[in-house]
Amino acid sequence: MRRIYLDHAATTPTHPEVVKAMLPFFTDAFGNPSSIHSYGQEAKGAVEEARTKVAELIGARSEEIVFTSGGTEADNYALKGIAYANEHKGNHIITTSIEHHAVLEVCKFLGRRGFKVTYLPVDKYGLVDPQDVRKAITDKTILISVMHANNEVGTIEPVEEIGKIAREAGVYFHSDAVQTVGHIPVNVAELKVDLLSISAHKLYGPKGVGALYVRKGTKSVSLMHGGEQEKRRRAGTENVPAIVGLGKAVELAGQEIGKEAERLAYLRDKLIEGLVGKLDHIRLNGHPTRRLPNNVNLSVDFVEGESMLLNLDLEGICASTGSACSSASLEPSHVLLALGLPAEQAHGSLRFTLGRENTEADVERVLDVLPGIVARLRAMSPLLKTQK
Amino acid sequence: MPDIWSLYNDKVMEHFKNPRNVGEIEDPDGVGHVGNLVCGDVMELYIKVKDGIIVDAKFKTFGCAAAIATSSMVTEMVKGKRIEEALKISNKAVVEALDGLPPAKVHCSVMAEDALKAAIEDYLEHQKLKRQI
Repeated sequence: MRRIYLDHAATTPTHPEVVKAMLPFFTDAFGNPSSIHSYGQEAKGAVEEARTKVAELIGARSEEIVFTSGGTEADNYALKGIAYANEHKGNHIITTSIEHHAVLEVCKFLGRRGFKVTYLPVDKYGLVDPQDVRKAITDKTILISVMHANNEVGTIEPVEEIGKIAREAGVYFHSDAVQTVGHIPVNVAELKVDLLSISAHKLYGPKGVGALYVRKGTKSVSLMHGGEQEKRRRAGTENVPAIVGLGKAVELAGQEIGKEAERLAYLRDKLIEGLVGKLDHIRLNGHPTRRLPNNVNLSVDFVEGESMLLNLDLEGICASTGSACSSASLEPSHVLLALGLPAEQAHGSLRFTLGRENTEADVERVLDVLPGIVARLRAMSPLLKTQK
Repeated sequence: MPDIWSLYNDKVMEHFKNPRNVGEIEDPDGVGHVGNLVCGDVMELYIKVKDGIIVDAKFKTFGCAAAIATSSMVTEMVKGKRIEEALKISNKAVVEALDGLPPAKVHCSVMAEDALKAAIEDYLEHQKLKRQI
């Protein structure tokens, strides 16, 4: 059976050209970038070339890019690094209730260690109000962290406005841009961010590598102590093949960013309109227009997400859900609850995230298959009767 | 989302794909309604009783694959059983009949046991009322 992958917000397939670019650095060019000899020099050169490519894509200087093991480490480094380097100035951090766990759990960790964290609410579309950010700032605030776009519902946050407010107040501003870099234009100067997290495997690069943009002059401490790699900001021998892969991935993403976003937005809207047209008691989660070009998140009433997901998987369609049943926690998605969805609608959510290899035929296949699955599950749902 | 083929075994998937006894019983002798929407599991179990024997059982479930499979299995297990035997069916027995569930999904089998107990209690309650009249 032909499989249709519609979970690109979880991860993307590594682009064949990325794999090709990485391969020599496992074998022929295996050197340690810290070595003085030619092997070391060629590895060092490759790492610096990748750094330049990442910097170019987001409008940064190459010395402002620190390679990490991925988005989670970039978020940890951003938050803990700022918190511990600036605790003499204050202990207050502002973030939102819909951040990725890589930010939220770090905030909770810091909250248990003397920092005070404000978790801002969002509106029904998942948007943070910049005025809420302004009002939350105190003379103790040292950091604001607001994601560029939400990974579950795809809402694009007003990061530029928040950045302006943060800069006026003299507060460091971090944005988790894991879902946007390589997908929509990201420019650190326009967004007025001091720190920005990037993950390679979300943009057709390899897993296990990412980067943090750290604006020149930002006071931060390292999480990893050891050698002098990354200008002492991140110790440990560089993951050279992965870093080269990240460099190639951002290069490819930069070449087709506008065109691909337009293509995906067309498929996205076709999928949303098709499903809303074919099914009743279904609604779009997230913002209707301020939305990632590849994100479709819907709540289907009276049915549970995991059941829909497994039925789709049996048909070869791979998607995602915010239902508790798909996680170990038993609680539905914190993002959908923050948008104000009742628990049963959060449990009935489905997320399709489109990508490079998806076509119109894939969208049509979902439109053909999902209504039947929903009808079958609704026939066994005790909730439908209660609603009648 | 973990790989489903390691998440659920073949028997669970078979009951999930082809659940037995889906629906409602018209004029049931007992109904059990358990679960809550916050956890994402709601189950209704209907029984028909004749001469102290459960002659029919049906269910309606809102929940994950494990919830649907355990609902299907518990209705299969109770049919033909005497009330007192049916009361002894534990969630463990349902899990065993399904050749096991992932640890995180065992709570779904508790719901199946609870729904069965609730349906039987509902039946016994009606019997008591009838005798009083």
